[in-house]
Amino acid sequence: MTTPRATYDDIPGTTVFDAQRSRQGYWLNQFCMSLMKAENRAAFKADESTYLDKFPMSPEQKQAILDRDWNRMITLGGNIYFTAKLGATDGLSFQQIAAKMTGMTQEQYADMMAHGGRPPDGNRYTWEWEARSRG
Amino acid sequence: MARIVAGVTSSHVPAIGAAIDNKRSGDAYWQPVFAGFERSKQWIADLKPDVIFLVYNDHASAFSLEVIPTFALGCAAEFKPADEGWGPRPVPTVEGYPQMAWHIAQSLILDEFDITIVNQMDVDHGLTVPLSLMFGEPDAWPVRVIPLAVNVVQYPPPTGNRCYNLGKAIRRAVELFDSNDKVVIFGTGGMSHQLQGPRAGFINKEFDADFLNRIVTDPVGLSRMPHVEYLREAGSEGVEMVMWLIMRGALDDDVREVHRFYHVPASNTAVGHIILENKVGAAR
Repeated sequence: MTTPRATYDDIPGTTVFDAQRSRQGYWLNQFCMSLMKAENRAAFKADESTYLDKFPMSPEQKQAILDRDWNRMITLGGNIYFTAKLGATDGLSFQQIAAKMTGMTQEQYADMMAHGGRPPDGNRYTWEWEARSRG
Repeated sequence: MARIVAGVTSSHVPAIGAAIDNKRSGDAYWQPVFAGFERSKQWIADLKPDVIFLVYNDHASAFSLEVIPTFALGCAAEFKPADEGWGPRPVPTVEGYPQMAWHIAQSLILDEFDITIVNQMDVDHGLTVPLSLMFGEPDAWPVRVIPLAVNVVQYPPPTGNRCYNLGKAIRRAVELFDSNDKVVIFGTGGMSHQLQGPRAGFINKEFDADFLNRIVTDPVGLSRMPHVEYLREAGSEGVEMVMWLIMRGALDDDVREVHRFYHVPASNTAVGHIILENKVGAAR
């Protein structure tokens, strides 16, 4: 049998960490995992590029990490629970990383959450976002 | 025989742990969250359980992508708080219960739930935040804990139906254990939230309210909900609510709701909490 076609690719602004993405992002995520140890965090901060070269990632993955392009990391197979460890190394909370991925300032994002979060209406299907961007 | 007398569901938002650890639980932002657990703390102090069977998910702390067990049962004598990148939480080491945990592992496997046995595992906020919410800040946790780590990081997590039936098997296993231990089962995580991508911050209060109702009265119907519905309606990280069904499966079909609490937001997440007691045998 073959794996059923994904039914979740029409959820807007969402990347499900499935088998394909896990394979693609294995070393990116394992790099993030290495930051669980204080000595590795120090080595990474001292020389980010040299530290990243220890992991067989693609040049695009390394660049996304150096740029702290959180959405790009997810697109390239990163998982939020792993990339959050890079955030922690930078002194960022989950909420600060989440804000960056939405293109909002932290204040705007915190304000949205304080007012009940991003509502479900208009945010369930990619076509809803596409219709909105067409105006 | 040992017996499961009650179930507790609770979110396990890491920022709640940080608020406790940084002495900010009285802040205007956090006060409503902790107020929702005041009654729960009293309830569990009165109940005095011997054991918490704690269903949670590891957040890339004990398990990286090297090994991804769907169900991992902690059989060790103790579990240390994990360093999640900020340093370990300053909470007590969690005392395990190897004798009961190993018994449950054997029973589950012979009952055709092929779980993974774990003898070395640090525990992250997924496990320690619910303990903090229910027990406050003691010098030592007043219970022994049997952790069950469920994979909800790598898609697909187990189905709701599998979780619900695993709960039933856990109950059978506990009731075959020769002791007088009083066990409370925790199902943690949720409620609606999304931490990743441009849709981060997603919250669905209607979904959550319905889920809270149905976890009490219609768990079988709830157990049939497909993953995509969680992902779409509760956010990509909301899918971890399948773990609540393990708790629910371990209780009677007909339960008494003792307490319910819901609050938005805690950081990125809707906090949901419910306490259910078995009507029969919930010796107080």
